[in-house]
Amino acid sequence: MKILGLYNYWVFALLLMIGLYAIVARENLVKKLLGLSIFQSAVFLLYISMAKVEGGTAPILRHAGDVETFSNPLPHVLILTAIVVGISTTALGLAIVVRIREEFGSVEEDEIQARIREQ
Amino acid sequence: MITAFGFVLLTLLLATAVAVVLTTNLFVAVMLMSIFSVLMAATFFILDAADVALTEAAIGAGMSTILYLGALALIGEREVRRPSRPWLPLAVITLTACTLVYGTFDNPLLGDPSAPVQKHVAPWYLEEAPRLTGMANVVTAVLAGFRAYDTLGEILVILTAGLGVLMILAQRPAGERGPRPAAGLRHHLVPRVVGRLLIPFIVLFGLYLQFHGDYGPGGGFQAGAIIAVGIVLHALLEGEPAGRAIFPTRVLLGLMVGGATLFSGVGIAGMLMGGNLLDYAPFGADPVAAQQLGIHLVEAGVGITVTGTMVAAFHAFADREHPA
Repeated sequence: MKILGLYNYWVFALLLMIGLYAIVARENLVKKLLGLSIFQSAVFLLYISMAKVEGGTAPILRHAGDVETFSNPLPHVLILTAIVVGISTTALGLAIVVRIREEFGSVEEDEIQARIREQ
Repeated sequence: MITAFGFVLLTLLLATAVAVVLTTNLFVAVMLMSIFSVLMAATFFILDAADVALTEAAIGAGMSTILYLGALALIGEREVRRPSRPWLPLAVITLTACTLVYGTFDNPLLGDPSAPVQKHVAPWYLEEAPRLTGMANVVTAVLAGFRAYDTLGEILVILTAGLGVLMILAQRPAGERGPRPAAGLRHHLVPRVVGRLLIPFIVLFGLYLQFHGDYGPGGGFQAGAIIAVGIVLHALLEGEPAGRAIFPTRVLLGLMVGGATLFSGVGIAGMLMGGNLLDYAPFGADPVAAQQLGIHLVEAGVGITVTGTMVAAFHAFADREHPA
């Protein structure tokens, strides 16, 4: 049972590192942004996993009385807003990448740096 | 049974994430990322986070995929893979992953009701939120009521990011212009017919979530994202110029700024009427009714800003000339 109880946190750790690998080891700027999205989703998973209460249900108390336990609503609030903030900042990142492509003709980091050195 | 399902979903998440990193075709990577988001939304749903699952499904699988594809149309979808030495980053992430996994052994197990995180403010919210706000959905009550400061800050971040996208892409590159974007899917019968049928229902569902966020899962963030998806679908089917004719940039800017202004205006109105910032108590004699009025107005502001920002970001990418 211990494995099942910790599996969410292990997946969090692995997803975090997969995202980090894409950010550090890949040259393509879009791939780096995708890695950042995976990294971010891993953090979301950590928060939502911590909010879960065994035998609980979503914190909507319409049928209060039938169910007694509810999962923790606070991490839900934090992550709900973070998802929308995440897409806005991703859009900003993509806009910067589009401008870089137009200025340098490439979105590969090493090519961009080579072009900067030429100038 | 549910636990086993969650186990499979998490394993699929890992596999999808690895595939996103390994593929060299960015179009494939973006599509895999969309699948990743759907799996993540299902995982959130299993973990009792209905509101978060809705948001992830609308934003991650819907809007974010569209924005990535819009950007890829301008960037190109091939990733150049060159013989690199990934050993140093691999060693670093393996070491960090081992440390993180080692750290989890001190974590409370999933669903442990005596974990420290369940003992702090959550019981107070669950007990007092329905009594103080009359709202069944505690997430909405906390989001727009008890922690409205947070949400105000986040709305301003979204607004700033949206304005940043518009400003960065407003700058036109010098030199030769490439071809204008294509005229949508108007000549494709199946997407056009099915899409047209779906648009009113998507927008209706968004409005339902907006106005019933106090009663069931929903609220301004989810509603804004879903309505934006409906509007963007229309623009995809009818072509970018037709979509822009209905929502010109100044209307979208008005929505973005108007929603944030409504949110902060509600906060300042509370101050002017003798309360604190984002204090809804002065809005009426009945404290529960005053809370509900304040929360609904704030959620409306959130929905308007999110819709405006998402649609404006889509148009900013879709309207741009392709590189020559």
